[in-house]
Amino acid sequence: MNDDNIDSILKEYPAGRQEYLIPALQEFQLRWGYIPGDAVKKLAGHFQLPASTIYGVATFYNQFRFVPRGKYHFQLCYGTACYLYGSSTLQEELESMLGIKDGGISDDGLFSLEVAGCLGGCAQAPVIAVNGEYYTHVTLEQLRKMVDNIRMEESLR
Amino acid sequence: MHEAMAPMTDSPNTLTYRRHVSVPFITVGMGTCGTIAGANRTFEAIQQYLGERDINARCVRVGCLGLCSLEPLVEVQLPGWCRLLLKNVQSSEVFPILDDLFHHILPAEHAFAQYRDEALSAWNGVPFVEEMPFFVLQNRVVLANCGKINPFDIDEYIATGGYRAFQKAISMYTSSEVCDLIEESGLRGRSGGGFPTGRKWKSVLFTNATQKYLICNAEESDPGAFMDRAIIEGDPHRVIEGMAIAAYGVGASKAYVYIRTEYSIAIQTLEQAIRQAREKGFLGQNILNSGFSLDISIKKCPGAFVCGEETALIASIEGKRGMPETKPPFPATQGLFKKPTAVNNVETLANVPAIIQNGPNWFAVMGTTQSKGTKIFAVSGKTKYTALVEVNMGTPLRRIIYDIIGGIKDNKRFRAIFLGGPIGHCLTESELDIPIGFDELRQAGLSMGSGGMVVLDEDNCIIDTLRYFSHFMKRQSCGKCIPCREGTRRMSEIFDKLTRKPDPAYKAASIERIKSIMQLEPLADVMRTTSLCGLGQSAATPILSALQKFKNDFEEHLYERKCSANVCKQLRSYSISPKACTGCGVCAPKCPVEAIKGTLRSTYYIVEDLCISCGKCVDACKFNAILIQ
Repeated sequence: MNDDNIDSILKEYPAGRQEYLIPALQEFQLRWGYIPGDAVKKLAGHFQLPASTIYGVATFYNQFRFVPRGKYHFQLCYGTACYLYGSSTLQEELESMLGIKDGGISDDGLFSLEVAGCLGGCAQAPVIAVNGEYYTHVTLEQLRKMVDNIRMEESLR
Repeated sequence: MHEAMAPMTDSPNTLTYRRHVSVPFITVGMGTCGTIAGANRTFEAIQQYLGERDINARCVRVGCLGLCSLEPLVEVQLPGWCRLLLKNVQSSEVFPILDDLFHHILPAEHAFAQYRDEALSAWNGVPFVEEMPFFVLQNRVVLANCGKINPFDIDEYIATGGYRAFQKAISMYTSSEVCDLIEESGLRGRSGGGFPTGRKWKSVLFTNATQKYLICNAEESDPGAFMDRAIIEGDPHRVIEGMAIAAYGVGASKAYVYIRTEYSIAIQTLEQAIRQAREKGFLGQNILNSGFSLDISIKKCPGAFVCGEETALIASIEGKRGMPETKPPFPATQGLFKKPTAVNNVETLANVPAIIQNGPNWFAVMGTTQSKGTKIFAVSGKTKYTALVEVNMGTPLRRIIYDIIGGIKDNKRFRAIFLGGPIGHCLTESELDIPIGFDELRQAGLSMGSGGMVVLDEDNCIIDTLRYFSHFMKRQSCGKCIPCREGTRRMSEIFDKLTRKPDPAYKAASIERIKSIMQLEPLADVMRTTSLCGLGQSAATPILSALQKFKNDFEEHLYERKCSANVCKQLRSYSISPKACTGCGVCAPKCPVEAIKGTLRSTYYIVEDLCISCGKCVDACKFNAILIQ
């Protein structure tokens, strides 16, 4: 991303009107998978609000991240049904395998983890999405294999 | 007006029920639940099949029929044959299944039900839907079209009688008459509060202002609730029509749908539906020459449980942090941008068109004396089917759980229901006979909630589930008022302590653990009476309700430090079997608290007082010598 990119997005939203702040933040999140620090400053100028207000709004909501996503973005469903079917065990395993916590990204930039609100697959619990691709009725063994396979593929590149 | 009636005529693609088809007709359930189960790949495979075999057939995507655990659901109607419902059709099985079907051989493993039609040949050995309790015991009024019509085609909705209620409202009634009709019908808000919808509309209508707003609240962030999502994905025009009537009723010319960003399929469906409604002239300026104008915009909620609360929702649409405000002033008099605003739930609005179309008496006949109509429940957890169920108010919960969706999975024992998710009550087996209704449940000390229903079986631990809810509430508390911000945090700490053994290094840990339970009730009381909004006020509801009903579970965790469902891992006791242990010593260095003692080539042992039950030794031992109790 660069300044031109940020400006071209901001052009779409009327300046100084706070009700367009969240849609603008969502557009950044959609484009880059996170809210870059530069964007916060630009948004502040555009909406004529202090950068702290922009940051305050962005941090309030679960959707916005401030670190980039990894090449493989794991979303672990943490809805009630998934929890009853053991998503907390999957979370522990994922965190220990990837060496990151919720919202983090691994040092090699390969993995990022997001413990998500309900993804909507209550009948298929527990559910994990990797880069938007869903995996259903996930077991610990499948999860280990999935991560191993990704690591193997990446090491062959 | 007459010109406007034009879209009502049936075009060739509006054969909604499709009783008699000339070419094979296939529908695939592609709501979120279907998509996650792989319906996209199934849909592609069907199209590939039809292409490769050079078969002239129509394949259409529909919403959710309500049988989420049987997804991907495919319905096939061959010319001359009854419409057949196929369950769990994965893409890899599409070719053999369709090969069989097109030769009139029944794929018995996948056949689930068929629709009776005397004029058509029935499939042998497949039950008819009207014989199946799942379909018979429901009264699908709001969900009538879900899973049946193509949500991306406005003509299909129109063919089912859609948008007639809206035309009736704007051509026959004044705004206040619309409010009267809704009030007369007895419709109450479906998000849990149960406030009479007509009364809410009137207070907006009778407030003087140059601009008024209508907001459709689709911020359904209770984990385990998916009623609103299914309605929007399966029948978006019903919601739009409901909104249009509501906006006319309250005198709003601008309406918003506030919807969770995670509901990407619902958002796409709704965007398309709004576009089509505009093209047909049901939205826009001077609609059908009535002088009434309405525009609907979608606002995507970036994710916050508290934004389901109406004042927080309004703050979020205004671009602020989604924090609630004190009421009064109520949004009905001073809401979005300080203008009168009606905030209604998706299910409430989806009820509106049929009430206007069929009259308030039609609606008032269904349900109980105080709670009219039907209610949709999203049932998930340990039941045989994870499903979306619509029943008349007054139906006992037992009928939903045992008769409609087939009871508990794998013949396990029923444990509890959490009705209304993290801010609802928990119910025991003895409470299953209480009829569903706002006042009926309130009299029993319960509340309806929005319709999320999570069922626990004997393998689930009540305390662990409460711990999950307490952590959820802690994360979702907006932090504005102290009772909620601090209270949810303390609550989650108490449950953390309860589900783990006291820290041996900290002398007062045991006594604090017991003390914290004693503080749970007064803490909950303070939160309930002094929190700013419904989130804080009801954050302790499941806990208080479980304290009464599952006292044994609390005592077992507290005094015996035991979890009989064997869910709370940190309460497990570990020991080493002297017979199996080879004295290899691999486990001892893995123990983070040095609780494993011994010398090489002789049996090791675990000092129970030091053990924190992390389970690392189990993974380390190659001889299965670690015993778990």
